[in-house]
Amino acid sequence: MHLKKNIQHSEAAAIFNKDIPRVNWHDETLWFVREKRDKAAFQIPDWELLRETASQIKNNVLANIHDYLVQFESNAKANGIKIHWAANAEEHNQIVHSIIAKQGVTRMVKSKSMLTEECHLNEYLSEKGIEVIDSDLGERIVQLRKEPPSHIVLPAIHLKKEDVSETFHEHLGTEAGNNDPQYLTEAARLHLRDTFLTRKVALTGVNFAVAETGEFVVCTNEGNADMGAHLADVHIACMGFEKMIPQRKHLGVFLRLLARSATGQPITTFSSHFKKPIEGKEIHIVIVDNGRSTQLGREDFRNSLKCIRCGACMNTCPVYRRSGGHSYHNAVAGPIGSILAPNLDMSKNADLPFASTLCGSCTNVCPVKIDIHDQLYKWRQVLVKEGHSPIGKTIAMNGMAAVLSKPMVFNLVGKMGRLVMQKMPTLVNNSLNPWYTQREMPAPPQESFREWYKKNGKEFKTQENGK
Amino acid sequence: MESRSIILEKIKQNQPSLVAELPSLDALGLESFDVVEKYKTVLQSIGGDFIDVNDYSDIIDYVKNKYSLDKRIITTIPELAEFGVTNWLNDTPHSLKDVELSIVRAHFGVAENSALWVTDAVLGQRVTPFIAQYLGIVLSKKDIVATMHQGYQLIGAAEYGFGTFIAGPSKTADIEQSLVLGAHGARGLVVFLID
Repeated sequence: MHLKKNIQHSEAAAIFNKDIPRVNWHDETLWFVREKRDKAAFQIPDWELLRETASQIKNNVLANIHDYLVQFESNAKANGIKIHWAANAEEHNQIVHSIIAKQGVTRMVKSKSMLTEECHLNEYLSEKGIEVIDSDLGERIVQLRKEPPSHIVLPAIHLKKEDVSETFHEHLGTEAGNNDPQYLTEAARLHLRDTFLTRKVALTGVNFAVAETGEFVVCTNEGNADMGAHLADVHIACMGFEKMIPQRKHLGVFLRLLARSATGQPITTFSSHFKKPIEGKEIHIVIVDNGRSTQLGREDFRNSLKCIRCGACMNTCPVYRRSGGHSYHNAVAGPIGSILAPNLDMSKNADLPFASTLCGSCTNVCPVKIDIHDQLYKWRQVLVKEGHSPIGKTIAMNGMAAVLSKPMVFNLVGKMGRLVMQKMPTLVNNSLNPWYTQREMPAPPQESFREWYKKNGKEFKTQENGK
Repeated sequence: MESRSIILEKIKQNQPSLVAELPSLDALGLESFDVVEKYKTVLQSIGGDFIDVNDYSDIIDYVKNKYSLDKRIITTIPELAEFGVTNWLNDTPHSLKDVELSIVRAHFGVAENSALWVTDAVLGQRVTPFIAQYLGIVLSKKDIVATMHQGYQLIGAAEYGFGTFIAGPSKTADIEQSLVLGAHGARGLVVFLID
């Protein structure tokens, strides 16, 4: 039992939708990113072949991941990298803390890692007296505001520059009311440069880990992962085990797809390959399971582990764009988050697979061809079977089944419905009826099709026969 | 150690038993175009600059004209040694915090995304291309390949401790999707294209 209940996606979305101009802006901004993705993709004649190739490589990884992990570990160790294994979030946090504690420091700089969001590392370390500074600009903004990121690639996409200006004025002492992104970015640059220069431990995520060579690749536009890692004595890289790819040359496929799918850039500014620590410094890799091996065993859902975290499915999703990342109450939001989250906690995240129109746009843009909308549909069935659907919906569905299976009852209820909607429209046009939210109910017809056909069907038949 | 065996055992049990062969990459990246022209266009589109030069003396002239020489300039290229000190290689990386301009050589460039491949062998220190305010990279035009696939063919099984593809200056669009150059790394990148 979870004492802390999440606000359901639909409720959170309703709150997000109260500020209509802002929702429209959020929607348009993300659609703009989706359009940039299209433009970038259409310039590559190979695009569909690239997606298919990436998908096949990831299928191969899933089928052989045990051996690839063992191979990766052995190569990375030979390269002088220390490898740690964490079965769950708590063990991951403990390992990271023990590495920091061994250095005798209480401060760390971190670049973007959705895995550490998933494990709630910052909260854990803060309780242990370790200060963590997030160095990605968007992550730093939301960290100062004590919010989680709302998007895996664009962590502060839910904020306007006025919000950032206020936050920076409060925490970094920038001029009040100066909303210029250039000015605000410069302020963050100066603030974080000092951080990079003074931290002995730096943590980064991992985009790809290469079994063949034992190296791992970290992609950023800002250069923050590299500034942190190269100036620290100890570099901790945290990865879910699904980040594995077989060979170095496969990076060519994934690096061509990743940034184009994410933001429409031809590649991220920096794609850094870490293979060996320099003398006197340490690199640690924490390989995390945290439910992934369970997901690997779910035949219908294991493909979600092919994800390379580009965020294209979020940018294209009509529900994400109009409900915002925070309404998904999960480290990874949007369509992909909605198929990953129920694996972590079915009861807590039972609402998420329903936060979709099943339009399939996510599946169409996914660079590794995950069948996202099919999985959303399949999760709904699993969740209902396992008893995770809301009571209201269960009653309504049982009622529906009773009515639809008995033609007499169906006719009667239909008649009553039409009568009620004609004579007492306020009984349905009220705030208790979710269908009435943001739309008018349709005018009820005078009769059902069945009634109409009974009257007119014979006439038509006679006419047809008379010809 | 215990978690390792538990995780690996569970993975072994749960991974799909189907045979999924690795696909061939041979049909990828075969489109043909003028790689030098493409390189230039893409570099400019992502906020980088280029300058065509005949030799290192052109680079020296350019740097003298464009950068203030009283600020710190570092390089790993012997031909450009007149700019500065070469005794920084064994200093702490932190001591490079006041560097205005770093100039290094790239192993090769990739036309489709203007990325430049650099490794420990040409960087002097790993932080060199990140910590400087501005970055200059020398690239031989004959070392430009079409796509990432040819790039990784060139890298092959090369040995390095650290290598990175650099495409343009560091940047962010985290504030309302407004592009700002100069996030944490270099504020500007100029690529010296040498014949």
